[in-house]
Amino acid sequence: MLFIQGLLVIFFVFAIVKVIARYRSGDLTGKVMIFWIIFWLLAGTAVILPNTTFYLARIFGVTRGADAVVYVGLALVFYLVFRLMARQEKINRDITVIVRQLALKDIDKK
Amino acid sequence: MIFVVVPAYNEEKKIGRVIRGLFEHGWQNVIVVDDGSNDQTAEVAKEAGARVAKHTLNLGQGAALQTGNDMANRLGAEVVVHFDGDGQFNPADIAPAIDKMRQAGVQAILGSKVLDSRSQIPFLKKYCILPVGRVINFLFTGVWLSDAHNGFRILNREVLEKINLEHNGMAHNTEIVSKLKKGGFKFLEIPVEVRYNEFGQGVMGGFKIIKDLILGFFIK
Repeated sequence: MLFIQGLLVIFFVFAIVKVIARYRSGDLTGKVMIFWIIFWLLAGTAVILPNTTFYLARIFGVTRGADAVVYVGLALVFYLVFRLMARQEKINRDITVIVRQLALKDIDKK
Repeated sequence: MIFVVVPAYNEEKKIGRVIRGLFEHGWQNVIVVDDGSNDQTAEVAKEAGARVAKHTLNLGQGAALQTGNDMANRLGAEVVVHFDGDGQFNPADIAPAIDKMRQAGVQAILGSKVLDSRSQIPFLKKYCILPVGRVINFLFTGVWLSDAHNGFRILNREVLEKINLEHNGMAHNTEIVSKLKKGGFKFLEIPVEVRYNEFGQGVMGGFKIIKDLILGFFIK
């Protein structure tokens, strides 16, 4: 195994441990925990057995496994960014409700 | 009862004049929503005689208008006029607009600065930004307006009770039109005068509005 492979595997194991810890402390739901564990396991598999990415490449009609990993990774990143933006918008709306309630709380006295 | 809702952000230099202008034209029920200003807007508005609601944070004009709508609703408003706090609008346009609303039997009036020649619209805005704005508004609402983003509007109680603005920023203009159409409310455009002290919504503002409208589709 190459040094970079070893480093990445250590990082992925650390990531899985963190995910489980956050689930136990109530920061993550079960569904989200499972998603991230599967994600890190798949990432670890791709690192330890790079030839597995060849199968991914065949599914997407791409020549190299590394290209397939980049394309899938990019799509995932865009999706996660969108989810973050949507969550931020939801938080903004919740803040708006609170700020409005504060602004109007003395209305009947005015 | 008719209430005039004036959203304002850092308008301490102009808000007093805007309120006095409304009072002089007979509009005594003025609500100023201070949208988290870091100047004396709220204090000046109170001193000038308006009722003031103050946001502790700057949320955006859409949020300020909804706060104003809620306040007017609670105070028993039958009609609400949206009137910008930067002195762009002419309070003399309110009475004819309300008359038109009653004669035409519509539930909302939307102002348009292009239906007459009183407004001196900057060239770039008139020939580039406004036409694009019309198309974008049509794509999102299915309504063709001559002036898609005009802050002057009049809503009756029925509209006030049914429409809740969710867009805090400038996308609220499109949201209002979309909800008027979906709610089956009758509305029409009337000419209003707009005096430009500054350029207003530019191209980058337009991109932000589009981004907010698209994001709004996915968030309920």
